[in-house]
Amino acid sequence: MAPMDGGGHDLKWVGKRPVRPDGVDKVTGRARFGADYNMAGQLVGRVLRSPHAHAVIKSIDTSAAEKVPGVKAVITRDDIPDQPPEPVTVGEMSVNFSDLIRNVLAREKVLYDGHAVAAVAATSAKAAREALKLIKVDYQPLPHVLDVEEAMRPDAPVLHDNLFTEGADPPADKPSNIAKRIEFTLGDVAVGFEQAEVVLERSYKTEPVHQGYIEPHACVASVTEDGQGELWCSTQGHFVVRAICARMIGMDISALRVTASEIGGGFGGKTVVYLEPLALALSKKAGHPVKMVMTRSEVFRATGPTSGATIRVKIGATKDGRITAGEAEMAYLAGAFPGSPVNPGCMCAFAPYDLENVWVVGYDVVSNRPKVAAYRAPGAPISEYAVESLIDEVADEIGMDPIDFRLKNAAKQGTHAAYGPKFGPIGMIDTLKAIKESEHYNTPLGPNQGRGVGSGFWFNIGGETCVSLNISEDGTATLMAGTPDIGGSRATLSQMAAEELGIDYDKVRPIIGDTSSLGYTFLTGGSRVTFSSGMATVQAAQEVIKELCARAAKIWDIPAEAVTWEDGEARPAGDNAGKFDPLSLEELAASAGKTGGPITGYASINAQGAGPGFGTHLVDVEVDKETGRVTVLRYTVAQDAGKAIHPSYVEGQYQGGAVQGIGWALNEEYIYGDDGLMQNPGFLDYRMPVASDVPMVDTVIVEVPNPNHPYGVRGVGETPIVPPLGAIANAVSHAVGVRMHELPMSPPKVLEAVGGAANGAGD
Amino acid sequence: MRYEAPQTLEAAVGLLAEAGDNGRVLAGGTDLLVQLRAETIEPEIVVDVKRITELRTVSPEDGGFRIGAAVTGAELGEHDGLRAAWPGVVEAAELIGSTQIQGRASLGGNLCNASPAADTVPALIAADAVASIIGPNGRRDLAVADVVSGPGQTALARGELVASIRLPSQSARSADAYLRFIPRTEMDIAVVGAGVNLTLDGDGRCTAARVALGAVAERALLVPAAGDAIVGSTLDEAALSQLAEAASAACRPIDDKRGTKIYRTKVAGVLARRAAEIAQTRAGERA
Repeated sequence: MAPMDGGGHDLKWVGKRPVRPDGVDKVTGRARFGADYNMAGQLVGRVLRSPHAHAVIKSIDTSAAEKVPGVKAVITRDDIPDQPPEPVTVGEMSVNFSDLIRNVLAREKVLYDGHAVAAVAATSAKAAREALKLIKVDYQPLPHVLDVEEAMRPDAPVLHDNLFTEGADPPADKPSNIAKRIEFTLGDVAVGFEQAEVVLERSYKTEPVHQGYIEPHACVASVTEDGQGELWCSTQGHFVVRAICARMIGMDISALRVTASEIGGGFGGKTVVYLEPLALALSKKAGHPVKMVMTRSEVFRATGPTSGATIRVKIGATKDGRITAGEAEMAYLAGAFPGSPVNPGCMCAFAPYDLENVWVVGYDVVSNRPKVAAYRAPGAPISEYAVESLIDEVADEIGMDPIDFRLKNAAKQGTHAAYGPKFGPIGMIDTLKAIKESEHYNTPLGPNQGRGVGSGFWFNIGGETCVSLNISEDGTATLMAGTPDIGGSRATLSQMAAEELGIDYDKVRPIIGDTSSLGYTFLTGGSRVTFSSGMATVQAAQEVIKELCARAAKIWDIPAEAVTWEDGEARPAGDNAGKFDPLSLEELAASAGKTGGPITGYASINAQGAGPGFGTHLVDVEVDKETGRVTVLRYTVAQDAGKAIHPSYVEGQYQGGAVQGIGWALNEEYIYGDDGLMQNPGFLDYRMPVASDVPMVDTVIVEVPNPNHPYGVRGVGETPIVPPLGAIANAVSHAVGVRMHELPMSPPKVLEAVGGAANGAGD
Repeated sequence: MRYEAPQTLEAAVGLLAEAGDNGRVLAGGTDLLVQLRAETIEPEIVVDVKRITELRTVSPEDGGFRIGAAVTGAELGEHDGLRAAWPGVVEAAELIGSTQIQGRASLGGNLCNASPAADTVPALIAADAVASIIGPNGRRDLAVADVVSGPGQTALARGELVASIRLPSQSARSADAYLRFIPRTEMDIAVVGAGVNLTLDGDGRCTAARVALGAVAERALLVPAAGDAIVGSTLDEAALSQLAEAASAACRPIDDKRGTKIYRTKVAGVLARRAAEIAQTRAGERA
C-alpha cells in the first residue's frame, strides 16, 4: 500500500530529484512545441485583427481577398454559427458560447485592439498577408473605455446591450459594464470594527498583467471530407479544447482528436481557445490542413491577461494584535466579456487569517481590453496584495512585528474560512515560523533598503482524471496521463509509479496521451496535476499490482490473497511464506501471455480532497531615491507543499511565482494611447523581469501532509504568485518611508512617491 | 527583396545609390531585422556591409582610433586599447540589448538607426567623435552630433553610408563615462542616457567637459551649458548641482511608453551628474 506521507517507509523515488524524462528532448531542441508540428500540404493561416478599441462592424467584404492566388479559404463571423448567451457545461467548466464565439471572431462589434475579425488560409505566408490587406471591413468607431472605475460610471460607453448586472439589488433596469456583483459575509463586521482599537482603510489599484509564456499560441488543424478532425496545439487542456471546438465547429466530440504539444509555458493563459476553432473552420472550408502561429504582438493584443482592479480594504484590530474585522470591496476588469476572477479574489482576500467578522463585495467589469484568461491563482494575488499591504500597515501602526501579527491571526486547522469551508491540516503557521527563523529575516539591512513580508492562500483543486499504466513484455512500464506536462509532472508521476511498483524510475516511460487515448481528463490548472494525476497513477499502479499478484498466485497455484507485492516482486505470504521463490515484475511480464494476457492498469477518477496551499514570502529591496528604481536584493519563499514529490520542481514553482510577482509588482503594465490601442505589445516594452533583474530566490519547503492524497501532496503551482505583490509593496514602503497603493511600483511612480528627492541635488 | 554583400565600399555605394529610397544597409541587423519582421519597412535591396574591410576594423589613428561602422559592441569590449582610452564609449556599446545582441549590434548601425535613445550616440558625442561618410560624391567627415537629425532621420544623402567613426586622441587626465537608465538591468531601451567626457588639470580642476544626453529630445543632444557648469571647478557640490540643472533644462522629451517628460527631465540631471563623477574618478586615476 502507498504510505500516507512516507512516514515509516523508506521512499526510494518519491522525494528524490531524478532527471526529468523530457529533459534531453528539451535541452537538445528535439521537443516539439506548438509551432513544431507540420503536415504535408498544410496552409498558412493568418488573422485579421481590429485596429479599433471599440467599433461596430458594418460590413466585411472578402471578395478581393478570396481572389488572391494561393488563398484557399477566408472565414468571418458568417462561418461560425451563433449560440445562445447562456452557460453550457463543458467538463468541469461553465462556458458562455455566445461570448466565446464573439471573442474568437468578432460579430456585431470589435471590442478591443487586436480583436480577431477574419482569418485566411493560403499556400504561402505572402499570399495570406496580401489577402488580409484586401479584406474590406467597414467600421463605425465608438467611444471606448479601459479603466475599471471609468467603465463602472453610468455615462461610460456600454460594451454589451444585453449585459445587466447579475446579483444587483435592486435588479438592474438597464445594461451596463458591471456584469456581476458578489458578496461574502462571515459574522458581523460592524460588531468587529466596534471592538477594534485601530481601524485603517485604504484603496489600492493594480494593472492587468500578461501571463508572459515564452511560446506563442500555435496549432495545426486538419478536417477531412468525412467530418473527422485532428488538432495539434499548445494547450494546458486538450480535452477542454476538444469539447469547446467540437461544439463551435459542430462536430461530435469523439470525431475530433486533439494532441497537446510540448508547452512553452501557460500559467493559465493556455486554458482557453483562440486560434484552434479558426484553424479547424479554415481547414474544413479549404479541405487542407491549416497551421496557425501567433506573433508576440498578437499574443499581447488578443490573449490573456489577468485583471487589473481597484480594491478598498478596511481592517480593525486590537492593540495587542488581534484582527477584529476585515472588509473589502473590489472591482476587477474582465476585459471585453464577463468573467474576471473576482469571485476567487473575494474568496481568497482574507483566507490566510482566522477571522470572526468578514465582509467582501466584488464586481466583474467589462472594458475595451482583451478578455482575461486564467493566470496562476486567478484573482488571488490582486485582492491579497491589498489585504497584505494593509495588514502590514496595521502591524506598523500597533508597533508589532509583521510576522508576529500574522501569527496571532493565522488560519489553522479548524479555522472557518470566510468563503465557506473549515480548514483541515494546513501549513500557514509553519510558513510564518519558517520565515521568522530564517537567516534572511535575522540579517540587518543597509541604507535605502527595506524588508517586506507577505502571505498568501490558494484553494487548489482535484477533478476528473484518467491515467493508464501498461506493463511491457520486459517488465518496464508506460504511463499515460491526460494532463499536459508544464511543471515536470511526467517526472513526478513516474516517481509515484516507480515507488508503487517497486521498479526503477528509469523503467517507467511517461507520455501525455491524446484525447482519443484516455477518458476525459480536465486541464492542467488549479495546481491539480501532481495531486489528481498522481492519485490516478497510484490507483492504476495498485490495479497492476493486484493483477501481478493474481498472476503469481496462478503460477504458484495458491489464492491471490496469499500473495503480497514488495520491492518490485510478488512474494508468497501467510501460510505460504517462503514456499516459492519470489517472482519479479520482469518475470511476470515475460509470462503474461500464458497467464491471462497483457497486464495493464487504468484509473478514471474524480479526485477529491485537494489540500489548500499557504505560503509566506520575505523580500529585501533597495530603492534609488533619485531615480525611483527598485532593486530586489534578496528573496525567500516558504510554502506548504504537503509532500514534495520532486523537490526541485516544487522549488521551481516557488521561484517562478516569486519572479512573476516581481514583474507584476514593479514594472509590468499595458500601455494604451488615447486611441485605446496597445502601445507595448512586445517583451521590449512590456517589462517582464529578465534573469539579471532577480536574485536567486531561496526556498523553504514546508510539508504538512494532505490526508486525502496517498503521498500527502498539495498543489504548489499557484500559491507562490499570491504573496509577492504585498511583500514587495511592503518592502518598498519600508525602504522609502512612504506607503504606495498602486502597482506597478515603476520608477516614475516611486520617484513621485518619494517626492522632490530627484532634482539632482545631494547623494 | 534582394540581398547583396559587396566586398568594397564603392560597390556598396553603387548599390545603395541605385536603390534610392528602397535600399537599406545591413550591419549587425539588430534593428533592421526587427523592422523587416514587423513589416514597418519593405526594402527592395539589403546591402550587407560586413565583408568590407574598413567597416570591420578598429585601427589606431593619430593617437585616437578609427572604428569600422560594422564593428560589433562585443568587439569594442574586447579591444584593450579602446577600452583603456574610451571606457565611456565602450560601456555604452556594451549596454545595448544583451550579450547575444552585442555580438551583432554595431556602432554604425546604432548611429544610423537614428533612435533618440541610442546608447552609443551620447557617448560618441561627448567624445567628440567624427563619422566618415562615403557616397556617390566621395568621402566627407561629419561630427557624430550632426549625423542624426530626428527620430529615424539622418543627414546622410541618398547612396551615402557611414564607413567608420573616428575617436580623437584622449588627452592626459581625461576620461569619459556613460550611464543610462532603464527599469530593468538589460534587454531594454534607454529612458535617459548621459555621456560625459572631461579633462582635469594637475590640481583636479576641470579644464574641459562635454556632456551629451540621449532619449530626452528628438535626437541625442550636446549640452554645452552642462559642461560649462563644471569647467573651472573641482566638481564640488555646487558645480555638480549646476551641471544637473543644466542637463535637466536642456531636455525637451516627450511622454511615451518608456517614460514621462517629468521623469526623463529629472533623471537626466541625476545621470549626468553621476556620469561626471565617474569620469572624474577615471581621469583622476590616470593622473
